Amino acid sequence: MRAAGVTLAIALALVLQTTLTQFLVRGTIAVDLVLVVVVYVALMSGSVTGLLAGTVAGLVQDVLSTGVVGIGGLAKTVVGFLAGIIGTQFIVARPLPRFLVFFGATLLHQTITIGLGVVLGLRPLGSPYAGVAGQALGNAVVGTAAFQLVELLPGAVERRRMAKTRLRR
Amino acid sequence: MSILEIRQHAGYLFLAVTLGHVILISAQVNSRSGVPVLEAVTFGVFAEAQRSTSKGVSGVRGFWNRYGGLRNVEKENAELKQKLEAVQVELQERRALADRARGLQELLDLRDRSKLKTTAAEIIASSASPDFRTLTIDKGTSSGLRTDMAVIAPGGVVGRIVTPSGRAAKVQLLVDRNAAAGALVERSRAQGVVKGVGETRLELEFVSEAADVAVGDLVVTSGIEGIFPKGFTIGRVDTVEKSGPAYKRITVMPAVDFSALEEVLVVLTPTPAREAAEESHE
Repeated sequence: MRAAGVTLAIALALVLQTTLTQFLVRGTIAVDLVLVVVVYVALMSGSVTGLLAGTVAGLVQDVLSTGVVGIGGLAKTVVGFLAGIIGTQFIVARPLPRFLVFFGATLLHQTITIGLGVVLGLRPLGSPYAGVAGQALGNAVVGTAAFQLVELLPGAVERRRMAKTRLRR
Repeated sequence: MSILEIRQHAGYLFLAVTLGHVILISAQVNSRSGVPVLEAVTFGVFAEAQRSTSKGVSGVRGFWNRYGGLRNVEKENAELKQKLEAVQVELQERRALADRARGLQELLDLRDRSKLKTTAAEIIASSASPDFRTLTIDKGTSSGLRTDMAVIAPGGVVGRIVTPSGRAAKVQLLVDRNAAAGALVERSRAQGVVKGVGETRLELEFVSEAADVAVGDLVVTSGIEGIFPKGFTIGRVDTVEKSGPAYKRITVMPAVDFSALEEVLVVLTPTPAREAAEESHE
């Protein structure tokens, strides 16, 4: 059931990424909705789910793009795995920690992506620092907002608590 | 493996997925040499494995070959020895054939040179008694041979036919103690009679004390006995001694090596003296 929800979330993020971001992006500020979903899932479900979500989402994203298939997948796998660990080892329930996690996750994601590009001799980005910073900021904002939106939904908190309780039993 | 177990081994799963991604990326990216990284890495790893395997196989093969070689070396050595012996025998046979061909060629040359009607014969046996110096040849009366026909060789006079049969004939050598032939010293034309003494040398008798004979002079047939054609080589004067008031004692070294004869020519053309004798008989 959770796998289906994660898959659906990833698919929705891909659809939104390919349709809506062109209206949202301005200048160097870009948002990777797929990465946001991966980090969100990892924070909510743990490292394994985050890892698998990152793998699937990254590979699909790579396939749909023109780059080397696997770079995005690897980056999102690492990010999902580490985000899951952070979500289980630390209390990430307030907006600021979530913002930092999304921001840091994006930095790591971009570092891995750009680093692999450099290692493999791929064409470098024009201004990586500004782009990375802008994307990290945008992802953090969108991710934090997504958390807040979900938690504000009616009964969302209760459902989340009940789910955690069942898991512990 | 349940989901719980997977969660307990998240690190392994992470490593596995990461490795999978690395492989996936490597498969798409070219190295500096233009070969895909995955292919280059895979090829490199497999090449090393192949190198190691090849070395191992080569080592085992070499050891086995050496072991097998040692096992077969004795047998091979024996075979090689047999082959060497066979080759040596064959070489000797070929050398003998060459010598025989050379001898036959010399006989042929002699026949052409003498302009006499001859027939070649092969020596098939030697004397039955050491007291007599004879040979047996493979030609007889069926080939036109008769008694007292001269037998010659490229080196000189050999002897005469003494006992012809249908397909063979006995030849009395000139060195036989019962053999004799008219002779003359080619340089001084001094005449005498060559007689065999049963040894390797001949004696030239009835040469006048006043005759000019020296060591090394060539002695040839005179043809006076009616057997040997005139002018054929008998040998060279070996020693000249004063035997008495009338004659010299002369020894002659035969020109023919009787111990090395293999083929001879039998002179079919009768000498003039023989023809005259036959006519007188008739």
